[in-house]
Amino acid sequence: MYQRQSSSIMKTQRHLRTLVKQTSPWVVPILLLIVWQWASSAGILPSRFLPSPRAVVSSFIALSVSGELWLHVRVSTLRALAGFAVGGGFGLALGLLTGSLHWAETLLDTTIQMVRNIPPLALIPLVILWFGIDESAKLFLVALGVFFPVYINTFHGIRSVDRGLLEMGRTYGLSGWPLYREIILPGALPSILVGVRFSLGLMWVILIVAETISARSGIGYMTMNAREFMQTDVMVVGILLYAILGKLADLLAKGLERYWLRWNPAYQTTR
Amino acid sequence: MAAEQRRRSRGVSVGIKSVSIAFAGRTVLENFDVEISAGEFVAIVGRSGCGKSTLLRSVVGLETPQAGTITLGEVAASNANRKPDIRVMFQDSRLLPWRRILPNVMLGLEPALIPQARKVLAQVGLAERANDWPATLSGGQRQRVALARALVHDPNLLLLDEPLGSLDALTRIEMQQLIEDLWRSRGFTAMLVTHDVAEAISLADRVILIEGGRVALDEVVNLPRPRTRGSARFAALEERILGRVLQRRPVVEDQW
Repeated sequence: MYQRQSSSIMKTQRHLRTLVKQTSPWVVPILLLIVWQWASSAGILPSRFLPSPRAVVSSFIALSVSGELWLHVRVSTLRALAGFAVGGGFGLALGLLTGSLHWAETLLDTTIQMVRNIPPLALIPLVILWFGIDESAKLFLVALGVFFPVYINTFHGIRSVDRGLLEMGRTYGLSGWPLYREIILPGALPSILVGVRFSLGLMWVILIVAETISARSGIGYMTMNAREFMQTDVMVVGILLYAILGKLADLLAKGLERYWLRWNPAYQTTR
Repeated sequence: MAAEQRRRSRGVSVGIKSVSIAFAGRTVLENFDVEISAGEFVAIVGRSGCGKSTLLRSVVGLETPQAGTITLGEVAASNANRKPDIRVMFQDSRLLPWRRILPNVMLGLEPALIPQARKVLAQVGLAERANDWPATLSGGQRQRVALARALVHDPNLLLLDEPLGSLDALTRIEMQQLIEDLWRSRGFTAMLVTHDVAEAISLADRVILIEGGRVALDEVVNLPRPRTRGSARFAALEERILGRVLQRRPVVEDQW
């Protein structure tokens, strides 16, 4: 009887510990919110600088009820994903090419490394000249920014595939596509996924800038438009949306890593 | 006698004739000659860097000799089209970390051969680990999977490049017994590179010592199998070969 009681106490303690562990990362953000709300209500923080959290929430609700918010989120997400697909696809293909074939590396790598040093955002004036403020301008900028991290990490991943495994594969009669599928691609995958994760972050950064400079829809447009009317609450909603979407993209990349690299002890979940 | 016949049908002979290999001007093997008959188990010993691994690698075609010929059965080793089935077991297991154990054993095989792969996995005592990742296995278990992967192809020639070098003493003895059993039941030709003279004597029909790029000793091991390390003849043979290995190098070169 006594023992059972003590074990149940231990169980409660354990539950309490996991509860504390799970909630503690949120203590600081919640405290900040409380201080922010308090400062706004007390009039220390004028709403033309920063709206109160409550104003942000009600503005968020109003925008989502009217449907305006979802329209902008959808437009921005589609732009981001399309740019990522195009740029990431090219980066992957070219990285595989230059990583696998020496003549392709000699031919292309120097050029790519030179272009890489140009920040994509430095091209904005030219891009506006070429594409106007059309969809293709944003697509181009995002694709260009996303291309390099994927390219470089794919190239590096292919080059750092374990020589011993390649040798083993050859003595087992693998060559061509089977060797690629069994050994080279899976060996390069951890590095490729690092590139994907990095470029997913970059994707939002470039899109934000492109949308605030020239757009007729999207989260960036919504935020810039709100500035004209001093709607600080809408501006904060837009900024928070980027934070949430960025976090979602990162979670997606992490999920891919967890699934594709589940053979790797470093990525195995503790469960 | 029946085992002897089966051995002949499975194994392939290896003929190494006046082979020379050099790396960046440094001669590793010079005018090297060895004949290995079908189904024979030959151990190659020598100090590190004597060229014993290079010899093995040139038999499987990972190194190309500058001079000389290597023939397998009736076919030259350089003739890729009609190559007998050769499998290598390396010092490290070289399992694909991204494939579970059974797919690792199945590497390069048709899916129809899954039952065969399971059988070999059971022979090395790892049937119940078929669905695990290589990272969860111990070093000895990984080498057993590597052995299963080599044997599922039913090779004519198995090359063992110090496959037990990184294992602990007990696991080593276990693996030696396993290799010997499988060799006896299947009758492939085996070439084992090792720096452990006792391991060479307990497994091989013949022990070849390489020194200065040539055969310094070619000793037939006439002990009944399974061999017990404690026996006086075993110990005497080990003593003799070890003594030969440990001789100072200049003395050896004088002899040549």
